[in-house]
Amino acid sequence: MADSPRVIVVGGGLAGLAASVRVAEAGLPVDLFSMVPVKRSHSVCAQGGINACNKVAAQQGYSEWQHMDETLYGGDFLNHQPPVYEMTHWAPKIINLLDRMGVPFNRTNEGERDLRLFGGSLFKRTHFAGASTGQQLLYGLDEQTRRYEAEGKVNKYEFWEFLWPIVDDSTGEKVCKGIVAQDMRTMEIRAFRADAVVMATGGNGLIYGKSTMSVICTGGAASRCYQAGAALGNPEMIQVHPTAIPGEDKCRLMSESARGEGGRVWVPRTKGDDRHPLDIPENERWYFLEEKYPDYGNLVPRDIATREIFWVCQDGMGIGGGNMVYLDITHLPQATKDKLAAILEIYEKFTGDDPREVPMKIFPAVHYSMGGVYTTYTPYDPDKDTYTPATQPKRKPGEGMLLGDPQNMTTDIAGLYAFGEANYAYHGATRLGANALLSCIFDGLFCGLSVANYARDPKGGKASGVADSVVDRFVEQEKHKVTKLTESHGSNNPYEIHRELGVEMTASATVVKTEERLLQARAKLNELRERYADLKITDTGLYTNQNVSFSRALGDMLIYAQAIIEGSIARKESRGSHYRDDFPDRIDEPFHATTKAWYDPSAEGSCRIEWEPIPLPLVPLRKRDYGAATAKKTDESKEPAAAK
Amino acid sequence: MIAPATPKTFKVRIKRQDGRDQPAYWQEFEVERRPSQNIIAVLQQIAANPVTTAGEQVEPVVWDSGCLEEVCGSCTMVINGHVRQSCSALVPDLLEDADDNTITVEPMTKFPVVRDLFVDRQRMFDNLVKVKAWVPIDGTHDLGEGPKESPEKQQERYAISRCMTCGCCLEACPQFTLDNDFLGAQAIAQAYYFNEHETGKKLKGERLEALAGPGGVADCGNAQNCVKVCPKEIPLTEAIAKAGRQLTVHAVKKFFTGK
Repeated sequence: MADSPRVIVVGGGLAGLAASVRVAEAGLPVDLFSMVPVKRSHSVCAQGGINACNKVAAQQGYSEWQHMDETLYGGDFLNHQPPVYEMTHWAPKIINLLDRMGVPFNRTNEGERDLRLFGGSLFKRTHFAGASTGQQLLYGLDEQTRRYEAEGKVNKYEFWEFLWPIVDDSTGEKVCKGIVAQDMRTMEIRAFRADAVVMATGGNGLIYGKSTMSVICTGGAASRCYQAGAALGNPEMIQVHPTAIPGEDKCRLMSESARGEGGRVWVPRTKGDDRHPLDIPENERWYFLEEKYPDYGNLVPRDIATREIFWVCQDGMGIGGGNMVYLDITHLPQATKDKLAAILEIYEKFTGDDPREVPMKIFPAVHYSMGGVYTTYTPYDPDKDTYTPATQPKRKPGEGMLLGDPQNMTTDIAGLYAFGEANYAYHGATRLGANALLSCIFDGLFCGLSVANYARDPKGGKASGVADSVVDRFVEQEKHKVTKLTESHGSNNPYEIHRELGVEMTASATVVKTEERLLQARAKLNELRERYADLKITDTGLYTNQNVSFSRALGDMLIYAQAIIEGSIARKESRGSHYRDDFPDRIDEPFHATTKAWYDPSAEGSCRIEWEPIPLPLVPLRKRDYGAATAKKTDESKEPAAAK
Repeated sequence: MIAPATPKTFKVRIKRQDGRDQPAYWQEFEVERRPSQNIIAVLQQIAANPVTTAGEQVEPVVWDSGCLEEVCGSCTMVINGHVRQSCSALVPDLLEDADDNTITVEPMTKFPVVRDLFVDRQRMFDNLVKVKAWVPIDGTHDLGEGPKESPEKQQERYAISRCMTCGCCLEACPQFTLDNDFLGAQAIAQAYYFNEHETGKKLKGERLEALAGPGGVADCGNAQNCVKVCPKEIPLTEAIAKAGRQLTVHAVKKFFTGK
């Protein structure tokens, strides 16, 4: 086995675990790296569910094609169509697989998988396990990974931090041949060679200080790949979730499933009405989402719900005139409340109020990054399809991706892949609720085969044959960084810089952006980077030093933040989650294009932007307004919505 | 009416340890009260300015945390003498029944300390391997739906599947110690969980063999502490009892069939 191709997977959330399982199944050994025991990855926080066309919806006129169309429409057509086609067509198979793994999906009386309604759709197409679906799916994949681990096919490196990709450019092309990583307990830094590396390192919410994300979601790993030469795609596309519980240490998510199960968002009709919510009669409540969007109501996509809540509060209509609105599930039957128990318990534990009795007070919070490391793919081509039996009809060109092709979800560095939230591929300018779990698992399962195929025949030869000098250079680079950090006796506290970064990014690059405010943020980030160069580290120890890890990531967060700001400045239009008050309309020429951001220390914000056109092989552009006038309205399609 | 003034600060006593097998020592910090403050926020405040009440500049406290919404299981600590998740430990509640306006925070005692409040819970994951806590599926290829399941069975399994491997049950258990081999409530409940799945039960015999051996179900002293401290209210004692019954049936069957 010494000379067997090896694959490294960085990150043990849904995407990383699905990739590990798929690559191991394809017969290659996997080294799996994670900053936390993989079972504690941020995927556990996903609550609502996972989308797929299903038996019931299919009999009401729904299809995989429509799931694709919703995803593209939701993403305001900034997503590439072939990957979305493939993902939505794989979705039912993925649900079946998770079901076979023993994931406890909620059941109907006949033992079928139960379904709930979710944002951006008029059909019930979301599968769920209570209100902790992400946790349950992660555990299902964690268990399968443990099984491979017990068989010696997956080797876990938990509490190891990815520091840098090993990039060999001796042939003139950048090719990834492994990673440098650090044991977060002993602080040992060393190289790990691999023929292919998968970055499944999740989102970057910590750039915004307080978000719904876990403390490990710094975006540091993606930023390191960006600095090593992999471009970012659409970094400015950050999702702000409409319903979260603001807190001192983080904002806790209150799942879209609360609305999917019938929860209603409202504020008092009269400004300054300070009565207890239960004392405000029905006709004195303003259900502003239902009023403005009669078809989708509380289930408009997240960017729209978030802006509406934001504006309501801006107008002084928030609860007590502040930044809060009610999310009300008190009217729902007990059985429905039971399905939401996991999230209702969270609300109760952290606020002290029982949401079954009193409407919840919520406000939007940064939640997900649609943008990420730029990846490419090979569109489906019937002439290259070696999987469909000769007796069966083949798909049309562009209907999906070419299964097993090594290009699928590869970055600008050959042999370096990005899966899950870390890439930019599936969600365009807004991600629909319950599509994230799908895209993460899909990447791992579908593109995992691509990784295995590449690793068997990597560019530039086997990783084991790469000169030590190439590898050692990166180890030295990282050791030098740590020495510099532990010996820095400057004047700036890293936690204070992080706090200021979060405040600045939240104020400038979330719900509503303007050129003026973004330019201010650009200057502020330059200032923060200067101060970062003169840090004061309080822990200089060489054992389990969390200060070093955090401070190192902070530098990478600042650089990623600059790409978010530069992308936001460059995109002078409004599309999905990116809303520019000074350019409120979508402008397809020239902005129906990917923001491709290259790291360039000599450019403004260390970021050089190119626009890459997005082909439209399957669905033409159309206006996105979720209004009564354009939404599909038939009795059949209304049935599931009415069923709530 | 004049309400008694709430002090603007409070004290936190933290039990620290520089590394594995090093001596433990206590340090005290004074922390400013803030709205919706939990123990994680307190530790973050200390990290930003690690100075003790004695005025000594010290190294920041090391701790383990993740989601901060009580679903990842990372941040288990012993707070005011009780094992729990520190993210959902809110300062006003803790001060309510604290002496001297002081909160104490210690690492768990049933797992080796890595540094300060950060412990090594690898044993819990190793135990999941011992009880083969997985469904032995054929592979990832499309083989159709999984087995049907009644809503009642799903509810029973879902309750156990919310186990986040936090270790509260083991910290509270008198039988589970730093150096014995008792599997404890977490792993036994997981074994039962997989035995109850239609495909998972293919490994039931092997799981029950693991539960029959040393450190298995027989070592449970029925103290019932586990179920009281579980932050997810998993019916752990019920799961252990049911696993025990499965084990008895298995043993009787084995006695008569020799298999």
